[in-house]
Amino acid sequence: MSFNTKKIKKNAFRITKDREVTALRIRVPGGHIDAHYLSLIKEIADEHGDGTLHITTRQGFEVPGISFADFEEVNEKIAPILEGMEKEIGVEIVDPGDGYPAAGTRNVSACIGNRVCRYSNYDTTELAQEIEKNIFPNDYHVKIALSGCPNDCIKGHLQDFGILGMIEPIYHQERCIGCEACVDNCKKRVTSALSFEQERVVRDEQRCIGCGECILQCPTNAWERGGQFFKVVIMGRTGKKNPRLAKPFLKWASRDVVISIVNNVYDYIERHIDTSLAKEHIGYIVDRTGYPQFKEEILKGVELNSECEIADKINWNGYQTGEKI
Amino acid sequence: MGFNFSKNEFNQLLESLDQEYQIYAPVRKKKKDSFSANDLITYDLVKSLEEIELTAKSKYSAKEIVFPIRETLFHFVEGEQFMASDTDDKYIIFLRPCDRNAFKRLDKIFLENGPEEDIYYKRLREKVKFFVIECTTGFDSCFCVSMDSNTVESRDYSAFLRFEEDGVSCEVNDQDLAAEFEAQAKEIDFEPEFIRKNKIEVNLPDRDKLTNEVFEHQLWTEYSQRCIACGRCNTSCPTCSCFTVKDVLYDENKKSGERFRRWAGCHIDGFTEMAGGHNFREEYGDRMRYKTMHKIYDFGERFDFDMCVGCGRCDDVCPEYISFSKCINKLSTIIEEGV
Ligand code: HEM
Ligand code: SF4
Ligand code: SF4
Ligand code: SF4
Ligand code: SF4
Ligand code: SF4
Repeated sequence: MSFNTKKIKKNAFRITKDREVTALRIRVPGGHIDAHYLSLIKEIADEHGDGTLHITTRQGFEVPGISFADFEEVNEKIAPILEGMEKEIGVEIVDPGDGYPAAGTRNVSACIGNRVCRYSNYDTTELAQEIEKNIFPNDYHVKIALSGCPNDCIKGHLQDFGILGMIEPIYHQERCIGCEACVDNCKKRVTSALSFEQERVVRDEQRCIGCGECILQCPTNAWERGGQFFKVVIMGRTGKKNPRLAKPFLKWASRDVVISIVNNVYDYIERHIDTSLAKEHIGYIVDRTGYPQFKEEILKGVELNSECEIADKINWNGYQTGEKI
Repeated sequence: MGFNFSKNEFNQLLESLDQEYQIYAPVRKKKKDSFSANDLITYDLVKSLEEIELTAKSKYSAKEIVFPIRETLFHFVEGEQFMASDTDDKYIIFLRPCDRNAFKRLDKIFLENGPEEDIYYKRLREKVKFFVIECTTGFDSCFCVSMDSNTVESRDYSAFLRFEEDGVSCEVNDQDLAAEFEAQAKEIDFEPEFIRKNKIEVNLPDRDKLTNEVFEHQLWTEYSQRCIACGRCNTSCPTCSCFTVKDVLYDENKKSGERFRRWAGCHIDGFTEMAGGHNFREEYGDRMRYKTMHKIYDFGERFDFDMCVGCGRCDDVCPEYISFSKCINKLSTIIEEGV
């Protein structure tokens, strides 16, 4: 059998251990899916695969045990998925019957967000889909994940871009009964940003991480939900060389800023990628150019909101896997 | 006197009333509740019919307009005191029958409990006119019928309004306003209607059978496990009237400051704190018992009706899904069956 493995991989099929057997990856942008697509995925798994499904770390599905001979037929079958889950949200798909147009930029994943979770500060799936629309299809290897709040349940700290929801809490003294529930909670569970002085709550803006827990604690709505912001942590990764947690790049960034910087990433990669490697991941490119260069290029043309704070320097550390433990 | 308004005519009425009154009604504040993207239904100033939220129960009641959450009592400077200034504003409050009846409870506490009237409450309360919103279907957690607060007598409102598809029908019962209503609308016959049956029915325990033994019942220990003492049941309640008094000296000048009062709630830590850090009710279940007794026993012993009006807000807001109506029913069963 003869086929172009590079083309196959771009099409979201895998070259697997078993010869002539492939596996199809299905993206679920924002991690939330209309349940009816599951019947279609099941049908493909039963008819073309081995009847099993793997749920991926990035919230997609992998359908294993598909014969390479079937791959065009499978592509035609998943057309409704490309139509409904990609084209519908604005992703440019020329022919939904041709399968996925790229696989480099990974599924934009998201925690369950404010459709369900009480802590979330926004609709994570909605923003993930907006980002997917802007950056997919693309061959460059970029991993993005969105969490509703700084709890970061989706583990944005292990991604190239972890986008965490923040909210500005606005205090109304005239509604405060001084129960100090917000103060105690921020002390015990968050960053001790609040104190109770002169019979009123004082918020230390430097310490506050915009998690919004004070708003949730208050029995009188004395804390108002103010503006919606984001913390962006960058260049976290696992991998065989130098695993490390992402570090804060932006704090109190607006939605527009988040969207613009993610859009700028691809030009930066284009300029600096080492094409002699199979598919250099963005984190290693940043290691090479250095953070200041990355920062300058990625913020080019971005209109920063006045509240937005930017990291001066970033030192990721992590650890070198080759060292003795 | 009954009147019928088209929506337009009613808005004209509001516009003319707005010249003289601050008009408060339940409103929907988009995405302003504690959980993100949820709307907050609460009281605020309105200028038009469209702003009034008529489909959902407000999280907080109109209580805070007359009994503010935090209210300055007096200012002091260099040993002299000045009573906090009064307002010239006059108020119209749109509210449902249960909430109108809640003000009867507040009136008892602030004006008829003990030898002195509460002047701060009184001076605001005197400036209020009530516009009762007809409520014939209620909401899932309401039990106003069981608490006898589903109806309002005509002397207790300035206007009683039925909101209809294409306008408002109402009755006016206030000489100050009759002329304005007449100017805007046509006269009709109007008979207020009230809800006669809620989804939830509550059996109040027989007062005579309520003995001290029930204080020790394991009913309350169960609430010690469940309640987290957040105080939402107190702050959302239209009849909770407890407050605490505090002084602050201003940072800028320690010789000046203010004395203010602010809401307190019997579920919240610190409510019963005494000298030496002693507390009457450390256990949350004891607080639940205390609240229950106040709402359906103690108050009724002192005045001629129970404190709770069955608005169901305490059920709606409890993060631990503790239902007050269920608690009353459990208590009644225990008492009927003998403790
Ligand atoms: C162990 C000693 C004390 C005990 C057990 C005690 C107990 C109490 C109790 C049960 C109340 C009524 C609380 C209520 O109505 O909710 C009260 C009120 C009060 N006590 Fe004490 N007390 C003690 C010592 C003191 C001392 C030493 C002072 C003053 C120096 C004091 C000043 C007051 C005042 C001013 C109130 C009225 C507060 C109010 O109405 O809000 N007490 N105390
Ligand atoms: S939780 Fe609300 S009422 Fe309690 S101290 Fe904080 S702001 Fe004030
Ligand atoms: S938003 Fe979070 S960190 Fe900031 S004050 Fe509130 S609880 Fe503390
Ligand atoms: S105790 Fe509950 S049901 Fe009764 S008046 Fe208060 S909030 Fe309403
Ligand atoms: S004692 Fe408790 S239940 Fe009674 S009015 Fe005060 S806060 Fe409300
Ligand atoms: S609202 Fe519920 S948990 Fe909170 S104090 Fe009241 S009963 Fe307890």
